[in-house]
Order: sequence, then structure tokens, then C-alpha cells
Amino acid sequence: MNIGVVVFPGSNCDHDCRYVFRDVLGQNVTMVWHKETSLAGVDAVILPGGFSYGDYLRTGAIARFSPVMQAVKQFASEGGLVLGICNGFQILLEAGLLPGVMLRNKSLHFICRETYVKVENAATPFTNDCRSGQVLKIPIAHADGNYYTDPVTLAGLQANAQVIFRYCTADGKVTPEACPNGSLDNIAGVRNAESNVLGMMPHPERCAEAMLGNEDGRAIFQSMIAFLERKNVAGVR
Amino acid sequence: MKAKIHVTLKQGILDPQGKAIEHALDSLGFKNVSNVRVGKYMELDLQQTDTAKAEVEVKQMCEKLLANTIIEEYRYELQG
Repeated sequence: MNIGVVVFPGSNCDHDCRYVFRDVLGQNVTMVWHKETSLAGVDAVILPGGFSYGDYLRTGAIARFSPVMQAVKQFASEGGLVLGICNGFQILLEAGLLPGVMLRNKSLHFICRETYVKVENAATPFTNDCRSGQVLKIPIAHADGNYYTDPVTLAGLQANAQVIFRYCTADGKVTPEACPNGSLDNIAGVRNAESNVLGMMPHPERCAEAMLGNEDGRAIFQSMIAFLERKNVAGVR
Repeated sequence: MKAKIHVTLKQGILDPQGKAIEHALDSLGFKNVSNVRVGKYMELDLQQTDTAKAEVEVKQMCEKLLANTIIEEYRYELQG
């Protein structure tokens, strides 16, 4: 597979994403500068974490107007897989590819620590390598991860199983105390209705290799690769 | 023409910064303070001289970029 990792001015997890896909999982990776206008030849797109445009105005608000985002929108509308991690999630929200918005963390602190998230829906291109209800330990690192949306949109997300990850305790209980940032309904990750776009605040690329002491995050990337391989086989037929 | 734009969180949206400032004011002895809300103030110069047209432009800027209307509202004044 050829995975496109978009690089915005201020992205800082782009190389980690490349490392996981290329060095840990043996895939091809193309780094895509934000001024590019085409994603030709790419099988999936990653919007990595970081501080695009210094988080000026609002997180992701300026990056969404980068030329590459037109191509990302086009790619997503054609069913291409798009994964936004942390700042990438914030950009997807601002771009309208996912519903909702990020508020400042309830505590006002930048929080950098391990969290546990529960896989609420394992039937997606991003979670097919997980079990439904599985608990993953994945770190977060953000100041604006307090997911918010209006009650009608939230009800729709819940009804359509679009909430993919919820912050939980180590044994999988979704409690207010287990939510690090004040997110509505403990939301850590949501997908679009078509299930080809996922945004998540935790950083799976930071825990995808045994040497790092935790490889829970690897399941997300393996799921994507498995999905794409099956899609390719189906396409050949 | 100068545009002066205020972007503020809508009523009902949690404002942790406002809360923190409120607590700080309280600890400084300002006991009669409530509902502190933090917003953004932006100024910009427009080449447009027609007020009606300038207003259309500023509205578009607010809707597209300067405010996220899911959680924020905006108001503006045009001068000159």
C-alpha cells in the first residue's frame, strides 16, 4: 500500500506516522506537502498530529484552507480512507469532514499522558483488527481535545455507531472520571457516516511497536492495511 | 474602512478560560464577579469604501474563517 502522510507547517507527528507505516508495517509512504493539489497514487491519507499554523485562531482553522485539503475532500468523497490524529482530527472537524468542534480542555491544561479508550465499533476500516469493547492504551497530547457538538448531531452519532472510541478506565468502564479533557460522552474518536474518515485525539503512532513498551496503537494501522488489501482483491475480481 | 470584529463563545458553551479568570478575580478580592467569558477581538483594514459591500465581505470572513459558528458568534463594527 502507498500511504500519504500530509505535512502542514507545524505538523510534528508526520515522521512518526511514516515510521510506523514504513518501518514497522512495511508499507510505502509518500510525504505530501500541504501545497500539493493531488493525492494521485495514494491508497490512504493520514493527517498527522502537531500544531499546524501554530494553532492560530483555532486549532485546524487555517490548515483546512491549505491547497491539499481540496484534494483530501475529493479523496474522501470518492471513498478513500482518511485518518486524522490529534491536530489532524481538529483539521477534519474544521474542514467539515467530521461533525463537531474541539473546545479547550476542561482543566485548561495541555495533557500529555496515557489514556484508555474503548473500541465501540470494531466494524470499521480503522478498527477491524480490534474486538468490539476492547480497551486500548493510547497516549494523548493536546490542549484542545474537549469534543463538543449539538445534541441532535450527538444523538445521530450515537445512533449510527459513529463514536468509535470512548475514554474509559483500564477495565473498560466509561465514566466521567476516565475522561481526561471534558469531551462530550467521553468521545475520543468519531467516524463519518460513510465510515471512510476517522478522527481520533489519542496518538496510536506513539505506541505501535513492542520496543516502545506498548503496541496497542498498531491495531489501527493494521486494520487500515487489512481493509485496503481486501478492497484491492475485490477490485481485481 | 476599518472592521472591528468580536468573536465570542455562544451562551451555554463551557468557557474554561473564563472560569479560570473568574476564580483568579475572586482570589484577588473581586467578589462580585460572575459570568466571565473570553473572546477574540480582531481589527482589519478593508479597501472597500461601500459600507454595504464591506459588510457582506466581513460577514463572509466571519462565517468562513474567523468564527466557528457551531460554538461561536460574532459581531462587527465598520468605521471610516
